[in-house]
Amino acid sequence: MTDTTLDSATVSTDPLLSVEDLHVSFGRGNATVQAVAGITFALRQGETLGLVGESGCGKSTTGRAIVQVEKATSGKITFGDTELTSLSRGDLRTLRTQVQMIFQDPISSLNPRRRVIDIVSEPLTIWKIGSKEERVETSRAMLDQVGIDPYVNGSRRPREFSGGQCQRISIARALVLKPKLLVCDEIVSALDVSVQAQILNLLQDLKQQYNLTILFIAHDLAVVKNVSDRVAVMYLGRLCEIAPSDLLYETPAHHYTAALLASAVEPDPEAPRTSAALTGEPPSPINPPSGCRFRTRCPRAEARCAEEVPEMREIGPSHQVACHFPLGS
Amino acid sequence: MSSVSLTNPSNEAFADIKEEISAEEAADPTRRKLGVLFWICVGWIILVALAATFASLLPLPNPNLGNYNSVQNAGPGWGHILGTDDLYRDIFSRLIYGARVSLVVGFGGALIGLVVGGIPAMISAYRRGRIDTALNTGSYVVLAFPAIVAVIAIVSFWGKSMFKITLVIGLFAAPLIFRVVRASTLSYATRDFVLAAKALGASDTRILTREILPNIMPTIVSFGLIAVATIVVLEGSLAFLGLSVPPPTPSWGNMLNEGSSLLSGAKGQTNPWLVIFPASAMFLLLISLNVVADKLRAYFDVSEIKL
Amino acid sequence: MSGRRLLDVEDLHVSFATSRGSLRAVQGVSLSLDQGKTLGIVGESGSGKTVLSRAIMGLLPRASTTQTGSVRYNGTEILNAPNNELRKLWSTHIAMVFQDPMTSLNPVQRIGNQITEPLKIHLKLSKGEAKETALSLLMQVGIPSPVERYEAYPAQLSGGMRQRVMIAIALACAPRLLMADEPTTGLDVTVQAQILDLLSQLQHEREMAMILVTHDLGVVATRTDEIIVMYAGNVVERAPTNVLFKSMAMPYTEALLKSTPRIADPSHTRLTAIEGRPPDLLNPPSGCPFSPRCPYAQEKCHLEKPPLVEAAPGHSYACWYPLTASNPAATPDPVSA
Repeated sequence: MTDTTLDSATVSTDPLLSVEDLHVSFGRGNATVQAVAGITFALRQGETLGLVGESGCGKSTTGRAIVQVEKATSGKITFGDTELTSLSRGDLRTLRTQVQMIFQDPISSLNPRRRVIDIVSEPLTIWKIGSKEERVETSRAMLDQVGIDPYVNGSRRPREFSGGQCQRISIARALVLKPKLLVCDEIVSALDVSVQAQILNLLQDLKQQYNLTILFIAHDLAVVKNVSDRVAVMYLGRLCEIAPSDLLYETPAHHYTAALLASAVEPDPEAPRTSAALTGEPPSPINPPSGCRFRTRCPRAEARCAEEVPEMREIGPSHQVACHFPLGS
Repeated sequence: MSSVSLTNPSNEAFADIKEEISAEEAADPTRRKLGVLFWICVGWIILVALAATFASLLPLPNPNLGNYNSVQNAGPGWGHILGTDDLYRDIFSRLIYGARVSLVVGFGGALIGLVVGGIPAMISAYRRGRIDTALNTGSYVVLAFPAIVAVIAIVSFWGKSMFKITLVIGLFAAPLIFRVVRASTLSYATRDFVLAAKALGASDTRILTREILPNIMPTIVSFGLIAVATIVVLEGSLAFLGLSVPPPTPSWGNMLNEGSSLLSGAKGQTNPWLVIFPASAMFLLLISLNVVADKLRAYFDVSEIKL
Repeated sequence: MSGRRLLDVEDLHVSFATSRGSLRAVQGVSLSLDQGKTLGIVGESGSGKTVLSRAIMGLLPRASTTQTGSVRYNGTEILNAPNNELRKLWSTHIAMVFQDPMTSLNPVQRIGNQITEPLKIHLKLSKGEAKETALSLLMQVGIPSPVERYEAYPAQLSGGMRQRVMIAIALACAPRLLMADEPTTGLDVTVQAQILDLLSQLQHEREMAMILVTHDLGVVATRTDEIIVMYAGNVVERAPTNVLFKSMAMPYTEALLKSTPRIADPSHTRLTAIEGRPPDLLNPPSGCPFSPRCPYAQEKCHLEKPPLVEAAPGHSYACWYPLTASNPAATPDPVSA
């Protein structure tokens, strides 16, 4: 039973967020790590884009660069009509109300010494929105929406809540400013399966209600597919493939995507038990392979892959891949 | 309350078991007891502070002038609760007035250390960068100097007064406080809730005061109290070398200094009381400070660990 | 291989003394494992699966723990046995692979030393022999350039490599039973597949029995012979793997499966989340522990706790109104009188 369908009334054609050739590097000199090495994608209003990849691929860094808690080394990030990368510090602060982020660790995302109601109303206090009573009212309403009783639990502190509840409080805090774009960085990875389902359902409901645009970063393929309209796959700082969810999972074009799908475990004893699709370890991000970064583990790699960086090109409707020899070609 | 459910790979072998029971305990207020001993020690510190502050209002004999009608070097007795010293001065009265010096130098020095060391520490640990590296290295360098020797040298040249001593000791306490506050700030500055506050558009000042400071406050208070205790001892050591407040102003250290010669009978008389009482007073104050600091640390730690 | 009974656990109870009373982490668990077979123990946090695995190994702290029941390894009772007796079993007969290799390996010891340690202590190998065996083990677990890695510290290796080292240490003295507690949680998907394959391969080569403790149904689906589902310290269902997935009887098992997103599902499939939270282990409510959250709960479920009953050969469950294969809705006929 499908839940939300993407209908043209909620999704406009103008991109809400546009990322162009984003680079984010850390460190200096010989120890420079290119966490994000040139990625380009766009998000339309009302869409959920899943960003999937394994550890070290740069997906979290991308999320942080978009929310501007990490500084982009180069590239353009455009939100609506404004180019974020060229803003002054003051203007940037004001734009923060439009873009919010939820983090992976539910406990560490909340200040252990503050009451939950204060945590949720903090954004309103920072931006001086409404009177004190109005802020409390709005925060209470928000807590109620995420399933936390504000009257019973409002004056409690984070340590008295479970991981799932803490994550709900984080969501309430993020949405109290009514942002347009929500970046979710592995928000269910640290939760139990049953709690995960609750949070994912909650996210769907809130998305519809507030007409949110979501960038959903995760490493769990099934979760990403469940939540997203389109999915982008990253490997070692570069984008491999972007496509609508169902299409990507059914007919992946990039060899890495195929390997990921083949390695995933499904709760089905009849599923074909193929041996691990990828051998070895990902190369070091300090010294990435030349050309296509996946070539050292790719079954299809040829000389061209070492010489030429593959560009993202369209191989089907809304289906882009960065590979010289994509599957199915 | 159900247990925290984290399948985060940073859990150690038993942490997942602990979590199954600890969230329950964290929510239970009866667990967090400060204890009777704590309150006794707090009471003692407050008593000493009050007595020292309002000493002039108390019916005490003059601490600086001897009453030649009394017996010299008398033990505790009628008229002089704790006895007299060899200049016919009342020991009890000198003890209470002497507390002023210990408390002012102790708390004053700690406060100076906190302001000079603690505030830059918070800001530098939060901002990181070259200034942080410079200050950090600087603190190592200053800490490498033996503080006592430096303090002795400076006080010898600059002169002895309560203000000067407090200032010098406070400045030398600053690097250590810097390191402690910096370490504490670092452990919080990297957490997600600080990042979340940044993402919400909070200014750095707001983050430092609203998010970080409340969390490092327990450490600051505990360590601050230990610093006070250490400084009180330091003052005593200085006095023993004749480098504390000039006589006739009483200070516990001065009294110990004067009393040490009377212990061995060097001046022809023995009066152990002149050493016993200030030493006991200092001992009780120090132990109270340490107990309070430790209990506070444990009290706040309990709620911390469960996170 | 030969179906010799290796491990027998009967009516194991584990409780911890806390300031607020006794926390009953494991309540009456029984299981058995034959040589060469794989048992999966599945549960979420607070289900008691970790405590169970530690209790079987004898790794729980004695001071505040009460353990009753029986744990027999190869016929010998090992529950509450003194440490010096358990040491004869650890590593040489039963070995454990823990969840997080970063904290399970000694960060200040080279990994070569960590592997040779059990070899020198338990098998009394000489230094040279131990090193040779260690290098061969490193190769078997798939670590490239083992000679170089031998001298490395854990922090110099990636998560997947560290887990392989953990497996090498566990297998050093050729144990008969391997306990793997969440061995791949936190690892990348591709690395997870490699590690699971490695475990299966080594198990097959050495004819080991394995217990796989995890919260991930996907991990146990294709790699276990039998599965135990735990909830709030109780075993709520136990069945051969195929039977469990095909004809599960316990509503919790069904709920768990339904709330797990699958790659095979189309995107935006609404997940059937289990409402509420697991019960308080300090004061377990009367009746079935899952009843407050069970969509099929009836009055009897809240009042009486259903016993674990073997209704079909090899398939046990604790439910008054189990699901049946033909009718997944609650049947009014109770399982036992």
